[in-house]
Amino acid sequence: MADTSFRQAADSVLWPLRSYLLLARTWMRAQAQYPVSLLLTALGTGLAAVSEILAVLVVFDHAGVLAGFTVAEGLLLAGTANLAFGCADLLMGAVERLGVHIRAGSLDTMLVRPVPPLVQLATDHFALRRLGKIVPAAVTTGAALHLCDIDWTLGKVLMLPVLLVSGTAVAASVWVAGACVQFFATDSRDAANSLTYGGQALTEYPLAIYAKEVVLAVTFAVPLAFVGWQPVLYLLDRPDPTGLPDALRLAPPLVALVSCAAAALLWRLGLRHYRSTGS
Amino acid sequence: MTAHDTVVEARGLGRDFTVSEGPFLRRRRCTVSAVHGIDLTVRSGEIVGYLGPNGAGKSSTMKMLTGILTPTSGSLRVLGMEPSRRRTRLARRIGVVFGQRTTLWWDLPLRDSLELARHMYRVPAADHARRLGRLTELLELGPFLDTPVRRLSLGQRMRGDLTAALLHGPDLLVLDEPTIGLDVVSKSAIREFLLRLNTEEGTTILLTTHDLGDVERLCERVVVIDRGSLAYDGSLDGLRASMPVPRVLTVDLAVPAPALEVEGARCVRVEGPRQWLELSDNPAAVIARVTRDHGVTDLTLREPDIEGVVAALYRGSARTGADGTRSLSG
Repeated sequence: MADTSFRQAADSVLWPLRSYLLLARTWMRAQAQYPVSLLLTALGTGLAAVSEILAVLVVFDHAGVLAGFTVAEGLLLAGTANLAFGCADLLMGAVERLGVHIRAGSLDTMLVRPVPPLVQLATDHFALRRLGKIVPAAVTTGAALHLCDIDWTLGKVLMLPVLLVSGTAVAASVWVAGACVQFFATDSRDAANSLTYGGQALTEYPLAIYAKEVVLAVTFAVPLAFVGWQPVLYLLDRPDPTGLPDALRLAPPLVALVSCAAAALLWRLGLRHYRSTGS
Repeated sequence: MTAHDTVVEARGLGRDFTVSEGPFLRRRRCTVSAVHGIDLTVRSGEIVGYLGPNGAGKSSTMKMLTGILTPTSGSLRVLGMEPSRRRTRLARRIGVVFGQRTTLWWDLPLRDSLELARHMYRVPAADHARRLGRLTELLELGPFLDTPVRRLSLGQRMRGDLTAALLHGPDLLVLDEPTIGLDVVSKSAIREFLLRLNTEEGTTILLTTHDLGDVERLCERVVVIDRGSLAYDGSLDGLRASMPVPRVLTVDLAVPAPALEVEGARCVRVEGPRQWLELSDNPAAVIARVTRDHGVTDLTLREPDIEGVVAALYRGSARTGADGTRSLSG
């Protein structure tokens, strides 16, 4: 008895992960059949990512120091923010096509399969080309970590992956939450994009350059401050120039959990709404 | 617990929708009933045709049966489960095919799509290979197994969809207009396959269709829904009998004659020596009378086709069902 219920509980956690990997793998295999096309689209995505980082360099070249951040520190921020958003985009970016699936009726198809619909939605056309965004971001982060004057401690070494995973989770939650709005208004994709892509652009720069209201909003409402900003403050041992408590920089894992829970709740609400309107 | 051989059990099943209408600021919300008071029992091994005009509530019912749509009233059990609560578990035991859209992955070769389905339904590799082999043979999938789904013809795609819906060996197959848009040959191939599946595997089949050829070939039992409620549930023969659509006797006379006047029949059409008589009496009696008075070279008795019967039924229930409820396309 206890054994089967344990197995069931484990299955309910593992099955979404397993099915995610399975679906993503099948899509990747399909894309691998057209390697030139994959290479070119990945290259295109990569160039766009590189140009964003170059833009950061240009800004710092003009300003010298921005909100107390040097070029290397600015690159660290842009790198980590882009890395987290890039990973979130790879893992969950496809959810923004929810409205398309609702209109085409393919969401119904997903609902009659024994795999969580969110997993099916996220893996639909799983786009390896998004690696093109991750690679330059990872290189930038690596280089910036080397260039910045960081007082490495064991805690920081251990926290670095935790912060990246948390940032990815926060960005992915924003993505899912934005998509959920499409359950209620099918054409809201662009509004959601202002949060996802707009939010990414916002977090590439030190938050201290923005108005207080913006900082508060991205800390407590849509917690994008925990994607790059707070982790970088932690790595650099920098007091928060916006005046918020320094303890916040240790919050990313907690914030990630809360935002994932909130996104999951929104998804369930949206799905329930969909299943009571059927259109 | 539901009896073992009951596949679908609906009691007073209903679904209302809230719609907003009117101009922006003076928008009013009102409730529209798509389906109401449906009582339906489907037993294991049956093939049931679910018929109705557009917007009668067929799709809403199908969506409730598969757990996509949550009912607003009544009770529903499919394979002993409440679909809206047990959608995922139910999904493993039913196969669903929407004729108008594919459940396959457009950009993947059919074989990969089916392999993906195998993993999603957690079918052991050996069972998958066995079933795929059999379905490949029955549905002649061989020539296009490695073609991406988007390049398949409609008929090929439908055969692929059926395969994907059956690879996990479902107890119930739900088909929403499975032959829509198909040519005559593909239609007949699909129908023969479904009959075989039903007799050999005992799979229960529930299908909606506008194609009355499907109904005549496949369904011993038909359920007609109109304006959201059941208008008929019974055998196809019973449906014919319930509606006074007369049988027609075609008579080829030896010599052309003016419209015949025979007791128990009414001449509806004359074309040279051939005449069409609508029967209101026993055919044998009418034939006896005709052949007694006239030289006849040939006789054919045509049963009313189901199309005429169903159309008559819709008209009939439109008259009796004018109780102010509106139906909605769902």
